[in-house]
Amino acid sequence: MDSFQTTVAKLKNFWSERGCIITEPFDLEVGAGTMAPETFLRVLGPRPWKVAYVQPSRRPADGRYGENPNRLYKHQQLQVILKPSPADVIDQYLASLEAIGIDLRKHDIKFEEDNWESPTLGAWGIGWQVMLDGLEITQFTYFQQCGGLDLDLVPAELTYGLERLVAFLQGVESVYDIEWTPGVKYRDVRFADELHNSVYNFELADIPTLWQLFELHEMEGARLLASFPKYEPSERFPLLAAYEHVLMCSHYFNLLDARGAISVTERVAVIARVRKLAVAVAEAWVEQQARSHTAALAEVAV
Amino acid sequence: MTDTLPFLLEIGSEEIPDWMIEPALADLQHNFEKIVDELKLGGRVTRVDATPRRLVLFADGLMSAQADEERTVSGPPVAAGEGAARGFAKKLGVAFEALETTATPKGDYYAVRQKVTGRKTVDVLAEALPTAITGISWPRSMYWTGKSGPRFIRPIRWLVALLGDGIVPFEIAGVRSGAVSRGHRRLGADAVAVHIGNYEAELRKNFVLLSAAERRARIANALGPGVVRDEALIHTLVYLTEFPVPIRGAFDAKYLELPKEILSTVMRHHQRYFSVEFDGQLAPAFVAVMNTSEDPEGLVRRGNERVLRARFNDARFFWDVDQRRPLAARVGDLRNVTFQAKLGSCYDKVQRIVAIVQRSRELATPAAVRAATLCKCDLTTEMVKEFTELQGVVGGLYARAQGEPEAVWRAIYDHYKPASMEDSIPSTREGQIVALADKLDTLIECFRIGLIPSGSKDPFGLRRAAQGIIKIVVEAGLRVPELLDVTDEKLRDFLVDRLRYYFREIRGFPYDEVNATIRWDGDPCDSLRRLEALHAVRRTPDFEPLAASFKRIKNILRQADWNVGESIDESRLEPGPERALYDAYRKVQRAIDGVDYKSSLATIASLRPQVDTFFDKVLVNAPDPEIRRNRLTLLSNLLTEFSEIADFSEIVTS
Repeated sequence: MDSFQTTVAKLKNFWSERGCIITEPFDLEVGAGTMAPETFLRVLGPRPWKVAYVQPSRRPADGRYGENPNRLYKHQQLQVILKPSPADVIDQYLASLEAIGIDLRKHDIKFEEDNWESPTLGAWGIGWQVMLDGLEITQFTYFQQCGGLDLDLVPAELTYGLERLVAFLQGVESVYDIEWTPGVKYRDVRFADELHNSVYNFELADIPTLWQLFELHEMEGARLLASFPKYEPSERFPLLAAYEHVLMCSHYFNLLDARGAISVTERVAVIARVRKLAVAVAEAWVEQQARSHTAALAEVAV
Repeated sequence: MTDTLPFLLEIGSEEIPDWMIEPALADLQHNFEKIVDELKLGGRVTRVDATPRRLVLFADGLMSAQADEERTVSGPPVAAGEGAARGFAKKLGVAFEALETTATPKGDYYAVRQKVTGRKTVDVLAEALPTAITGISWPRSMYWTGKSGPRFIRPIRWLVALLGDGIVPFEIAGVRSGAVSRGHRRLGADAVAVHIGNYEAELRKNFVLLSAAERRARIANALGPGVVRDEALIHTLVYLTEFPVPIRGAFDAKYLELPKEILSTVMRHHQRYFSVEFDGQLAPAFVAVMNTSEDPEGLVRRGNERVLRARFNDARFFWDVDQRRPLAARVGDLRNVTFQAKLGSCYDKVQRIVAIVQRSRELATPAAVRAATLCKCDLTTEMVKEFTELQGVVGGLYARAQGEPEAVWRAIYDHYKPASMEDSIPSTREGQIVALADKLDTLIECFRIGLIPSGSKDPFGLRRAAQGIIKIVVEAGLRVPELLDVTDEKLRDFLVDRLRYYFREIRGFPYDEVNATIRWDGDPCDSLRRLEALHAVRRTPDFEPLAASFKRIKNILRQADWNVGESIDESRLEPGPERALYDAYRKVQRAIDGVDYKSSLATIASLRPQVDTFFDKVLVNAPDPEIRRNRLTLLSNLLTEFSEIADFSEIVTS
């Protein structure tokens, strides 16, 4: 039986061998691997891109003080982007399951319709939840739009839920009983994260302060974006920095939401504020990419 | 008679959502039939079938080529001169001398008769099939080769198109049609060479059962004792699998402490398992359907059991957490739950529901008001956030667990009922009034801001809400005109439409009887009583002739442009038929009481001989204007007063 870290290493290795860039997790708070710039920005535009990374994903409202065996404030996703999606993408995906020791002839796999949408990112796609013996192990999405823009090349996004996948492989009932590495349980590594963040999110977070933080990031992001059209040379413009402020807005929105601090009428409006910035970043990114012939980003050989 | 050919089309796709497959097959068949009809290829579709990964169409009797045809091509008018005609001839590649002239209403025209050689069917199909395939309409389609590429429900990965022994060659999104299919994802071969004769058998060898009916039978026949046969679930599983095999699993009986409603929802809706019951009691077992041939080591069974255990643990966790704050403490939290963006929160909605319940004269019991106050509180619970389809039910179960009286918890439990015309209505008076108030509020508020259903669009389920109100009041015998006699004209029209639908489609009354009795006065029970009385009396011999006479009266009054209500001057009544009709009218007037509609209608029907004689012997349009006016008044009063229960003139007489 493989440990958590061995399984993760095998998956990363599998996708590495298939030509993916392997990056370390994006270093800001995000709700899903999709939000990392390695996905959100790189799926835009005409350039091919293949990447895989583990992304710790924070969902403040899902925090359960470490009491619920299956639900986490911060879970980990293995995010794979294949742009454009190859014709045998599902076969490749199934091979990745074999690579971590799942003998598919002995198990039941179903692809059940599950489309994905992120209102804050102006993004949506069509796909499935992949069910292994009745357990959802992967969200499989063909992106159609991101930042409100139709995509030139359709990427396939594979998002493996690592905790539930490994709990399945190890046959344990609670994610906290996962063997992270021999002698160390998931509980030993992550329980404190769950407890502390739940207490903070649900009990101690100061609502006015969270609002201030939200607004500071929103202001700074908006200020930057407003200066983009006149900035020369365009390829130097720090869109990645602007996008990080958008992500922080999204994070503080999630915290406020989990704190029950966002009223009905505010909710839709706040999502629209974040979305407006995300869409502006996406549009600027496409423009910047089109204009820059020399940017190092374009040098990536895929 | 030339030989005809069979045809096979298989569209190989990634997994298509189960609920879209049958409509897509119907579309495909329609598109194909259009091709063979319009392009005159002969033949008919003999079968369509599908699995999640393939849509398949079989046809037979196709000609190998279109028949040759002679057609006339019109050219320029003769008046345009020979030059134009020569140009026309040249364009068509015929000699000028071969042109004829034809006479048309617009003058003489040059024309040429041409023999058109029929094209080969294989070529015609190769051209037409791509559009027939991409022309299938889907609720939500995607592109996969880039934003200018074709759209389909999921990427097309292979195509089989065979006419007789030959391939019909075409291409969609880089996929070329051929004679190679694919087997089951894990059990079959990646490439399966087929021809029309062995296609289905080859698929079977590769663990694909093409026939949905066969897959259905395999599932249904293997369910075993006690398994709750859920047709919708069977249908879903038929189109989620290419090789379905049911397996039975078990769970710890300790989970049976959780309410059956929650356990079955987890099993059926979330895990797609069949639940097992004996004598109405849930058993600690389930049946899952695999998309694979066997489970020799029990891995699949144990995996499913483990997932179910985790789901049940979640549910138990939600239950325990939710009990920490009783429903009554959650009313204020509803401020954070949206009812509708423009209509504010569920807190506002609950205040309105309570106000409606309190306006009901006889049903505003303390229990009903309490239930109305608490009915939406479960929207703030973890359980309903996870299992939204259990809203209401969870509230009821929690209210019971928290010691609310039965009248209260049952009303909360039932207040989304009836979910459809087939569903039952809430079983208690409190449940009925809360359910009615909730639906009525939704209707009034949505109509107020212009969210009115049009065509097939009804995003807020307003038709269902209105239908639910009617079903509740009629079947429970509720008389609440003080609530239902709404002022909004559009809402009144909407409600009367739903009432008409209910009487005709659900209760099966003839449309003319419904038209004669229907109106929106906020009291559908009274409409039903009048309708039933009319329906009973209609069978009596006097009825239809009287209805015909009423229609005649209506016409006479209309022709006379008569709409003033006056009183009858008895002194001007002529003895004989006129006086007799008046006496009969007075007698009937005294006899009908507005309570017993059936005997009242029978009494009205007894007027028939006097009405008939009146029309035989009396001239309504008498020369003396005063006598004429008096006669019209008599007829008008008779019509108005005796149309209260039912408008006889709406009855279609044979």
